[in-house]
Amino acid sequence: MVDYEKIWSLLEEVNDPEVPVLSILDLGIVRDVKVEEGKVVVVITPTYSGCPAMDVIRMQIKMTLLQQGYESVDIRSILSPAWTTDWMSEKGKDKLRAFGIAAPTPVQQVCHPGLFSREEGIPCPRCQSHHTSLISQFGSTACKALYRCEDCKEPFDYFKCH
Amino acid sequence: MAYQQALIDFTLQLADNALILGHRNSEWTGHGPVLEQDIALSNIALDLVGQARYFYQYAARLINRSGQEAPGADITEDSLAYLRDGWDFRNCLLAEQTNGDWAKTILRQFFFSAAQYYLYEGLRYSKDAELAAISEKAFKEVIYHLRWSSEWVIRLGDGTAESRARMETALGDLWKFTGELFIPAAYEEPLVLEGIAVELSSLQPKWEVKVREIFSEAGLSYPGAPAGKKGGLLAGGKEGRHTEQLGYILAEMQFLQRAYPGCEW
Repeated sequence: MVDYEKIWSLLEEVNDPEVPVLSILDLGIVRDVKVEEGKVVVVITPTYSGCPAMDVIRMQIKMTLLQQGYESVDIRSILSPAWTTDWMSEKGKDKLRAFGIAAPTPVQQVCHPGLFSREEGIPCPRCQSHHTSLISQFGSTACKALYRCEDCKEPFDYFKCH
Repeated sequence: MAYQQALIDFTLQLADNALILGHRNSEWTGHGPVLEQDIALSNIALDLVGQARYFYQYAARLINRSGQEAPGADITEDSLAYLRDGWDFRNCLLAEQTNGDWAKTILRQFFFSAAQYYLYEGLRYSKDAELAAISEKAFKEVIYHLRWSSEWVIRLGDGTAESRARMETALGDLWKFTGELFIPAAYEEPLVLEGIAVELSSLQPKWEVKVREIFSEAGLSYPGAPAGKKGGLLAGGKEGRHTEQLGYILAEMQFLQRAYPGCEW
C-alpha cells in the first residue's frame, strides 16, 4: 500500500532553488503523484519554458524520494494546462511577502494589452505602501518583475502574474 | 502517415526560430545599454531557448520513432541544435540577422514577436496535442516579449532625432525579411489541411494591423505590404537557404560540440 500522504509531505520539503522560501507545492507545479508498476511517478509543470530551476527541481525530487527508500522514481513534465500564478498557495504567497518579494495579485493582469500600463496595487513588501512603480517587467528570474517603492525608496521583486 | 516528415520539418522550424533568435539575444547579455534592459533581453533569450528545447525534444521523439536514423544513433535535442549544418536549419532569415545597434535588435524582436504571437495563438488549437501544449505555454511568454518590444519601438521612434534615425535605418535593414514570415514552406501546406499548422495568410492581416498601430504611435511610416515572395532570395530560410549570418552563429554555437563531441559542463 502506497502512502501518498507521505510522498506529498516529502515533496513539501523540496524547495525552488531560485526562490528557496517556496516549496514546489507552494509554487503549484506538482500536478500529480501516482504509482505505476511499483514506480513512483511525480508529474510536474514548468513555470516558464526556459526556467533553469526545473532541472534542479527534477533532480531534487528524485533524490528526496530515493533517500526515503523509494527505489524507482520517475519525474515527468506536462505543459498543458499551462501553469499560472493562480496555482500558488496562499501559504506560499505569505512566505513570499515575509521573504521580501511581493506576491502575485489574484487578478490576472499580465495579459493587459495596454502599453506602458502598470499593474496596480502592488504593495511594497517592506512598508506595505501601494505607492510603487514598475522598473522593469523582467527581473532577476523569469518569474519576477522589478518594482520600486516610492515611499520607502526600496526596490523590490514582484512575483509577476502569469 | 504521409505528413509525418512535414510535421518533423515544421517542428524543427519552430525550434530553430526560437533557438536562433534566442542565441542572437543572448549576445547582448552583459552588453545591454542599461542593466534592466540587459536583464530583460536575457530573459527573453531564456524564454526562447526554453521554447526551442521543448520543440527539439518533440522533433527528436518524432525522428526516432520514424526510424530514419541508424539504430543506436539516437537523435536528441542537443544533436539537433549542435550537429546539424546550416542547410538543415529552418529558421526564418529575420531571426538570424545580426544584432546591429539597440534599435535593430528591438525592431527585429518586435517583428518576430508579433508574428510569433499570432502564430502561437493559433497553434494552441493545433490538432497535434504536443504542438498545442508547447504553444499554449509559450504564448503567455510571448505576450511579455511583444509588449516589451512594442514599448521600445515607440520609445525610440518617438524619442530623439538620433533614436528615430536609428529606427529608420533598422527598418531599412529588416523590412525585406518580413515577407517570409507569411510565406508557407512546402511542408507547411499539408499540415494546414490536417489542422496541425496555421494558415499563414490568415496571420498576415493581424500582424500588419499590429505593426501599423505601433508604428503610428512611434511616428514611423509604414512601408506597405511585407516584402518578399515565394522562392525569392529573401524567403528561403524555412527551406534551408540562409543568409551568410547563420554560418557565424553556428560556428560559435556548435564549435564546442564539434571539437569535443559529447562534452558536458
